[in-house]
Amino acid sequence: MTTQTAPQTAEAAPRPAAIASALASGSRPRRPGALSESLTFGWRALLKIKHSPEQLLDVTLSPVLMVLLFTYLFGGAIAGSVEDYIAFLAPGVLVQSVLIVSMYTGATLREDIDKGVFDRFRALPIWRPSALVGMLLGDTVRYTVAAAVTAIACLFIGWRPAGGVAGVAAGTAVMLVFAFALSWIWTFIAMLVSSQRALMGIAWIAVMPLVFGSNIFVDPSTMPGWLQGWVDVNPVSHAVTAVRDLMNGVSAGSELVWVAGWSAALVAVFGTLTMWRYRDPR
Amino acid sequence: MADLAIETQGLVKVYGATRALDGIDLAIPRGGVHGFLGPNGAGKTTAIRILATLIRPDAGTARVLGRDVIHQAHEVRSLVSLTGQFASIDEDLSGRENLRLIAKLYGYGGASATGRADELLEAFGLDDAAAKQVKNYSGGMRRRMDIAASLVATPEVLFLDEPTTGLDPRSRNEVWDIVRALVAHGTTVMLTTQYLDEADQLADRISVIDHGRIIAEGTSTELKASVGAGSLHVRVMHRDDRERARGILIRELGVEVEAMSDPQALVAALEDRGRVTRAITALEDARIELAQLSLGQPTLDEVFLALTGHAAEPGDDAEEAA
Repeated sequence: MTTQTAPQTAEAAPRPAAIASALASGSRPRRPGALSESLTFGWRALLKIKHSPEQLLDVTLSPVLMVLLFTYLFGGAIAGSVEDYIAFLAPGVLVQSVLIVSMYTGATLREDIDKGVFDRFRALPIWRPSALVGMLLGDTVRYTVAAAVTAIACLFIGWRPAGGVAGVAAGTAVMLVFAFALSWIWTFIAMLVSSQRALMGIAWIAVMPLVFGSNIFVDPSTMPGWLQGWVDVNPVSHAVTAVRDLMNGVSAGSELVWVAGWSAALVAVFGTLTMWRYRDPR
Repeated sequence: MADLAIETQGLVKVYGATRALDGIDLAIPRGGVHGFLGPNGAGKTTAIRILATLIRPDAGTARVLGRDVIHQAHEVRSLVSLTGQFASIDEDLSGRENLRLIAKLYGYGGASATGRADELLEAFGLDDAAAKQVKNYSGGMRRRMDIAASLVATPEVLFLDEPTTGLDPRSRNEVWDIVRALVAHGTTVMLTTQYLDEADQLADRISVIDHGRIIAEGTSTELKASVGAGSLHVRVMHRDDRERARGILIRELGVEVEAMSDPQALVAALEDRGRVTRAITALEDARIELAQLSLGQPTLDEVFLALTGHAAEPGDDAEEAA
């Protein structure tokens, strides 16, 4: 082996002797646990936000636009007055903002796969779902920002939740759990399609009936029967009702059970499908 | 068995109608560099990705350091590292953050993760750029960063997929130095390349792969020997002498001598280098003046051409199926 002298230029060169000593000291510590690995990936998601905070723009601006659009454009027509409608709309639009933001989790994952960094994670001796779980945990920060901005916009317009701070916090917590579970749909689609554009196309088609075919914007009693049938089983409706009840200071009771059941089912089905594709993605 | 780094039998991977791997058998001992040489789309990347547990073979078995890549995948992952063809680091994060991330995933605590990251950044000459986002790195720096990320926990086997593709000559030499440092440490390096001189420079043994099959294997000297002892290139001073010179060379060398399109040039593929001296003396005795005379080892290009019937030049075909 020849040891070349490092050229005396501005850009530093690798130092073979230092590499040799780094190799000699690279013994492996004890393997961290699944939770610690997931949190490390969550930390990565936060670092990305730190480096490009502009990625929070979509989670802050679009919910505000939604709130303004629906309250002022449709508020009078739907509920008689803006003040009456905001009480009904606010919890629902909170859920809607979070669901739409959650689609970007799939986009981030697709980008990781396309850029190759995902291969690095898959080749590591770690608990396999941790990269995805961590990514979703990191995204709950984005979801919380979206929820907070939406809530502030609604408060500004005149929303006065009867449940108070505690009710809003409980509703937000339920919403985050539901969004985490629903995100596994997006991770699965990200594993199936071959481009970010295709992913977003499919995700929008999937999210439309979930968001609009629900009780977010209007009381379903005015809808035709078949649509009411869908709204009743739509997991988003259950999430919205639960969040609405908590924020309005009403007991959410059975709706919480529904949300918990749906969340568990979503993770069980789409989490499993995602991990199945994870072994051999495109 | 345990002294084999890599052992495969009948490895097959099919993508649609393409047999990316069409029955690969390998037995690669520990230590040194094993080169996987072939043109784009030959199946090199597919083979490496199977060995690094990133994709699963459709048929056949593969063992890395005695562990099965399907049934003992987790164990394999804890012994090997992969540096992919494309930068497998997070471009949005800084160099130091990338290394700290991986160190943490290997179980280094906060301070020791930072220590390990800084140790590697310094060794790879990246300490000045440590706080910069990787997307602002040059190609050579990115590649070094990528290899550094593979060495956070020292692997026993390191897969390098086309480590110097797209690099300038200086960065390429730096990567070669890194590979030599790894080998000196005792790491087994498995390297894919479409550059013949790279395989020649680095690899102790080379598997030549084409259309998903291994078509030859051996040291670079052995591969060269398999296509003869090299070639003799002669240019006569006066073109009128060429036919006479050709006759003498055929007689003295005992092989066919080809007249090139250059009206003064002759080329002979040698079987025995020992007869060259006598042939030159005979030309001198016949008073044929020579403008140029050279005796060359066959290049791996010639080897590849002889083995496959087509050149090994990187083609423009679609990138290898991932």
